[in-house]
Amino acid sequence: MTTASLPLPFTASLRRLFRNRAILFGAIILAIVLLAAILAPWIAPYAPNKLSIVNKLKAPSFAHVFGTDEFGRDIFSRAIFAGRISLLVSLGVVSISTVLGVLLGVTAGFFRKLDAPISRLLDAMMSFPDILLAIALVAALGPSLTTVILALGITYAPRLARIVRGSTLVLRELPYIEAAVAMGLPTWQILTRHVLLNLASPILVQATFVFASAMLAEASLSFLGVGVSTDMPTWGTMLASGREYMNNAPWLMVFPGLAIVFSVLALQLLGDGLRDLVDPRLAKES
Amino acid sequence: MTDTVLSVENLTTSFKTADGWRAVIRNINLTVDAGETVAIVGESGSGKSVTALSTMRLLPPGRARCEGRILLEGRDLLQASEAEMRAVRGGVIGMIFQEPMTSLNPVFTIGNQIAEALVLHRDLSWKAAEAEALRLMERVRIPAAKSRLHEYPHKFSGGMRQRVMIAMALACRPKLLIADEPTTALDVTVQAEILHLLRELQREENMGVLFITHDMGVVAEVADRTVVMFRGDMIETGPTQEIFAAPKAIYTKALLASIPRLGTMGDAAAPRRFPDVDPATGFATDGRVTQPVSADAKPILTVDKLSVRFALPQGQIHAVEDVSFDLRPGETLSLVGESGCGKSTTGRAIMRLVDPSAGSVVIDGQDVTKAGSGVLRAMRRTSQMIFQDPFASLNPRITIGSAIAEPMLAHGLLGRREAKERVAELLEQVGLSGTMAGRHPHEFSGGQRQRISIARALALQPKFIVADEAVSALDVTVKAQVSNLLLDLQEKHRLAYLFISHDMAVVERVSHRVAVMFLGEIVEIGPRAAIFDNPQHAYTRRLIAAVPMPDPTRRGHQPPPLNEEIKSPLRPHGYVPPKRAYREVSPGHFVQEAA
Amino acid sequence: MVRIAQALLKRLGGMAIVLALVVTVVFVIVRVTPGDPAAVMLGSDATPEDIAQLRTKMGLDAPLIAQYGQFVLGILKGDLGQSIFLDQPVTTALAARAEPTFFLTLFSILIAVAIALPVGIFSAVKRGTLFDQVVVTLTMVAASVPSFWLGLILIQVFAVGQGWFPASGYGGPDTSFLERLHHLVLPAVALGIVNSALITRFTRAAMLDVLGDDYVRTARAKGASERRVILKHALKNALIPIITVIGLSIAMLVAGAVVTETVFGLPGVGNLVVSAVLRRDYPVIQGALLVVAAIYVLINFIVDMLYILVDPRVRL
Repeated sequence: MTTASLPLPFTASLRRLFRNRAILFGAIILAIVLLAAILAPWIAPYAPNKLSIVNKLKAPSFAHVFGTDEFGRDIFSRAIFAGRISLLVSLGVVSISTVLGVLLGVTAGFFRKLDAPISRLLDAMMSFPDILLAIALVAALGPSLTTVILALGITYAPRLARIVRGSTLVLRELPYIEAAVAMGLPTWQILTRHVLLNLASPILVQATFVFASAMLAEASLSFLGVGVSTDMPTWGTMLASGREYMNNAPWLMVFPGLAIVFSVLALQLLGDGLRDLVDPRLAKES
Repeated sequence: MTDTVLSVENLTTSFKTADGWRAVIRNINLTVDAGETVAIVGESGSGKSVTALSTMRLLPPGRARCEGRILLEGRDLLQASEAEMRAVRGGVIGMIFQEPMTSLNPVFTIGNQIAEALVLHRDLSWKAAEAEALRLMERVRIPAAKSRLHEYPHKFSGGMRQRVMIAMALACRPKLLIADEPTTALDVTVQAEILHLLRELQREENMGVLFITHDMGVVAEVADRTVVMFRGDMIETGPTQEIFAAPKAIYTKALLASIPRLGTMGDAAAPRRFPDVDPATGFATDGRVTQPVSADAKPILTVDKLSVRFALPQGQIHAVEDVSFDLRPGETLSLVGESGCGKSTTGRAIMRLVDPSAGSVVIDGQDVTKAGSGVLRAMRRTSQMIFQDPFASLNPRITIGSAIAEPMLAHGLLGRREAKERVAELLEQVGLSGTMAGRHPHEFSGGQRQRISIARALALQPKFIVADEAVSALDVTVKAQVSNLLLDLQEKHRLAYLFISHDMAVVERVSHRVAVMFLGEIVEIGPRAAIFDNPQHAYTRRLIAAVPMPDPTRRGHQPPPLNEEIKSPLRPHGYVPPKRAYREVSPGHFVQEAA
Repeated sequence: MVRIAQALLKRLGGMAIVLALVVTVVFVIVRVTPGDPAAVMLGSDATPEDIAQLRTKMGLDAPLIAQYGQFVLGILKGDLGQSIFLDQPVTTALAARAEPTFFLTLFSILIAVAIALPVGIFSAVKRGTLFDQVVVTLTMVAASVPSFWLGLILIQVFAVGQGWFPASGYGGPDTSFLERLHHLVLPAVALGIVNSALITRFTRAAMLDVLGDDYVRTARAKGASERRVILKHALKNALIPIITVIGLSIAMLVAGAVVTETVFGLPGVGNLVVSAVLRRDYPVIQGALLVVAAIYVLINFIVDMLYILVDPRVRL
């Protein structure tokens, strides 16, 4: 049996989902990060850009739990607001790469004649290391929030496309797809009801991993100064600007870094857990 | 006075599950004497393989637990240390497995893998071990053994790999051989060869053999004594002849009644239903003969000079070559043959799931070989297909009701409301309940799923159905029931079947006519009785003779096997197949003339 | 031998197609710049004459198809264009910065593989034990750490704190090779650890996969010891996917090197690219992309060749 032919986890009850500890932890951490980002204006103790030269580079205290930066801005508040941008970028990247990846992958996997040209193009795209390709795209398009999302979206699309193509190739040979062809169903119906529906779990798993990669990549781009503009706090830009003060004010680096680590960790846990649920070889043994 | 090699006493094996330990086999007792073959027989999930693996202590230690005693020449293996067990495995007990294709390590040569057993147990140098390995390969009759010693497993056919496994298992002259479904994955003629070989080697070595199988025919062929298992319990045990002659347990009775047996058809001109077995008593009422086909009916399907070829870098596969036949309403034509003979490809080419390279397919008076999508769509209503694997035949994500309704809605035959009623009706027709329409495929057993696939195929009211190994993956008792369903539906709707199967005994039961395929060509075609009672082609004879008889009194009726590597339909580029001539033996019975 | 040569030719053909696509993708990326690249490069205080001059120099006045032709011809001649700001050929600029990047990548992959293979194999064999759980957790955490952040932490602890290693740079032109290696320790560790996490996880998964295969059961049934089952029968099969992932991770290391070089102030290719991006030095970006992608394609080709050695089933 193949990954693709297993019943979807979302038809299984949530309880079964959360019996998997990885998924449970991942979901809890992610929920906290998401809630903090959504509720940022209400839970942040200070305005994220409020300057206070008197308070500059203060170590963590009750007044400023994560300390303050070189302009006396509250790191905790900034980290929460930065989370909004970081999550927004990652979400955008996942959406773009999923749409592109599924489109290319299903087309290559289902229509034999288009397989070779699309696959070669994917090979070529994947020959560029992700950060490098994203940097070049951002450089070409000019740095802005939109171009970062677009650049990373294009960078990660081939990854998804490969997975989707592989699963589609397996699916296409399955009797229920052949039965659908034999019954004379229109191609679009075969693609949506029979192929896409059964690809949902591998796509979901892969999208989770792309989410994590996008978050790391965005931080790298911002850190290099070729990402989102520095007056918009993301975890990456906070790290980049905090670097100068690293020796005397390490908290500038610690908290935004931890925010990234925890968010990415949560996504990896989630992705791993979901894959275990979906992968029949592992499911069989548990 | 014979020596007892293996004695299993009160063996209970449990697996660790989320809800604690769960016993999968309970209180198994059996003995195997030197030179004796004991068969464990049962359907899937009966625990027969677990019994074998427990004996070898090959179950994962943390997740499986064995209780009782397993005495090998008086020594309890359950008490033995891991080092002692290593000396036993491959040394005193040899084992062969069901899947010859995956049981050999793909990245080491055959010679290396056989020699390894010798190096491990007999303290030979690698060089001496390889020389011995060559001798063993000759002993299991691998042709051209010397040149094949340094080849890798992927160059060997399934049958040859199983011979390699046997050579490996017997390398250190074990006292006991455990054979876990060793022939299940093989073609029937290859199976005959392997069984023959095992019997010979056993006689020479005076080994005890524990033979695990689901096939009562094989049991009758090989076993001195038989243990019948059902859902983890030993149901019945005794000498094989007695069990076949007078089964005591209800389950054994039902099992024996359900087995298709060759040569029980008499001169019936039409298929005969399998006996209906009462599950409560195991009592069987003999099957009724269904209707013959009127000879003057216009064919619903005419296949003329059909060829399908696939190009490969190293040549061309002539999967189907110059195949012609027709099929009339209400008729079952079986395509039989062994793996790679082109029978499935023929069915798929008729359904246009692969494109024919040459020839024509005429369905209901319309040539569909070159049909565009419009004609093809109409054709899809006339012909339907049922597949082998019940688990992959249904989309796991959609309810079975929705799956059955889908073709009717797509062709605009019915509105949603009527479709729903029709789904319930179809489910009733295949012996399920209309209330099940809202369930997903995973809630059904294999047999039930195959019924659902049949209901889905019936939804468009086709005139013929290509049934590609439709009952082959099912357990014996279920196989009989589903075959009966197909026969009933045929009578009711005057359905024609192209019944593709490797199982000669089922074919004899359900066919009006039979076509035998070999290397892409039909070598013999004719009425069922003519093919089975008067086979003309050498291959047909071999095929029929190779079928194991579920009757221990007729053991050893088989001619000596050929021991040859299977021929392949892979030809060099530009190969022109020879023109074949057919001879009419009796009305409608044609056989290919030797070239 | 003829068959091997044929296989080689076929694979080389496939590689050529991918390389041609890579060249085209690079060409397209640099040409999607909205507006006039020459104007963007020169900034807002450039005179129209300067811009026109640069346009001519970069060949931007020619029609697109001619530009593409020029571009391809140049590549075939080994000419990747002229860096605007460094005022030297791109190839020279890249060659001058190849050494630190090469050694950084090499040491990182060595560190990563040296950790990952034994740990991954052992973890799979001891599946479900405390050791395994610790490995699974650690690798998961390590894979979540941005490598530049880890680099900064290492600098804080081992360079600024302990003073064992230099915090930045690659030494001057006359520093000894050993001294330069000293500069590479921290960056290689930072990069290697993150990648070892990925390779460990993959090795573990590949081993687990293989350990469930039928031929492993056959080996046990033959009486082979666990050690033999794992190191002979399982490992050689698991190596097939592991080789792939090591090949892939070299590409990821190059991506990581871009960031790590910036953190540690290493004058490598990554550093060159980042400064080129900040200065909009398109020919350099273009050249670096091409060279890195070509190296990746080459590595893939080598991995393909390795398959033939490891896996007899690979059809020549």
